[in-house]
Amino acid sequence: MSYKKTGRFDGRKADELRPVEMSVGILPNCTGSARVQVGKTVAIAGVYGPRKVRPKHAELKDKLLIRCYYDLVSFSVTDRARPGPSRRSIELGLVIKNAIERSIFVEKYPMSMIEVFVEIVQADAGSRCAAIIAASLAVADAGIEMRDFVPAVACGKIDDLICLDLTKQEEDVHDGEGATDIPIAYIPSEKEITLLQLDGKISEKDLMEAIKLGIKGCEEIHKMMKDVFKKRYETK
Amino acid sequence: MEKILLENKTIVTPGELIADGEGFAARDGSYNKGSKVYSSVVGIVNIKDNNIRVVKLGGEYNPQKDDYVVGIVTDMNFSNWFVDIGCPYDAGLRISEASRDYIDTDRYDMTHYFNYGDVIFAKIIELTESKKIGLTLKEPDLKKLEGGVLARIDPPKVPRLMGTKGSMVDMIEKKTKTTIYVGDNGYVWIKGNADDVKKVKEVISIINNESHISGLTKKIEDLLNKGGNR
Repeated sequence: MSYKKTGRFDGRKADELRPVEMSVGILPNCTGSARVQVGKTVAIAGVYGPRKVRPKHAELKDKLLIRCYYDLVSFSVTDRARPGPSRRSIELGLVIKNAIERSIFVEKYPMSMIEVFVEIVQADAGSRCAAIIAASLAVADAGIEMRDFVPAVACGKIDDLICLDLTKQEEDVHDGEGATDIPIAYIPSEKEITLLQLDGKISEKDLMEAIKLGIKGCEEIHKMMKDVFKKRYETK
Repeated sequence: MEKILLENKTIVTPGELIADGEGFAARDGSYNKGSKVYSSVVGIVNIKDNNIRVVKLGGEYNPQKDDYVVGIVTDMNFSNWFVDIGCPYDAGLRISEASRDYIDTDRYDMTHYFNYGDVIFAKIIELTESKKIGLTLKEPDLKKLEGGVLARIDPPKVPRLMGTKGSMVDMIEKKTKTTIYVGDNGYVWIKGNADDVKKVKEVISIINNESHISGLTKKIEDLLNKGGNR
């Protein structure tokens, strides 16, 4: 069976994103917040700060300390997710931090910190990408100075078809060459990739093509991220 | 080629190009890359004589020199009081800056002058690179605030609460018969009887939520007039 011929499960084109919904300023108790829905994946992010660093010895003398926490809510997956931190959530916290840190003017906030909490309410693949988008929007909503937004999207390969924004169903394909998942975060104004992971098998030529597709997807999402703030302040 | 690409009062997001040319200076809320000036926050563009600023629409207080702030005394040592002014850095108030009168620490304890939890209206006179903040009370109208309650407003919305040259605050004070001190840090101190204070707090929350609507002073005035007739 060739996915090039049959197309994708949900009838999308190879370079088509799932429907994306975004909103900002949804949580009144934190400094900045955002909700991002990509297909069935839903991420909610809240940011506190800049505020005093606790414990004091963790303080950085010359720049902002960023702490990121990623968490899957128990009911976010079909089988119950065990609550609390796990090996995976610690890794993803770091991945999110590294992805958004490059966009923030960290040197403008010495001896202080921000804390970014991302909750995945519903997971259907691409949760780290949705988390990065939500984190980036929430940081901007918190009024922290940054160079640009950080959009993120997964690209990859289902059997022989190079495509964008894989769902869980597509990730679980084992026919032929199987599925490959490559999450990418990309800062358009800096032309800089801040996240690139790979799970699966892919040839060098296909990888380059997939990354190009991923960057195109990121630029599309970047436009939506800009619009969400404009819409918020113009409709009122 | 020097060119401003966006008008004043446009809403911009981080990374949005505002102007292109060597002659422009990127001030608060914007940054330079090559000859181009980009926004670094979500906010409103403000261009004046080639100085480009973006006024933030949300976020925490960022202390500036010469700001007037309302603060809470949180700690003290033998010659300093430490004051919470709503930012990541503690502000210090030295004995020499605390009063125009002589402060006699031999006769009295430090708490005799300012105790834990006391609210003061002070001015920032020192702000170093390493974010050391120094306050003063040695100016007219700067003092310890006694007998009122504290409220908060988002720091970027303080100018709306003040109005042009304090017109909004003056109006609210007159209509509700209260005394109000607004700090640039978003702490608001209100003194009056309980009902009036409650009314002021409601008004502050309205301003907080509808700060980007024009004609807000008129709306608040109508609201307070209605409340008076009831």
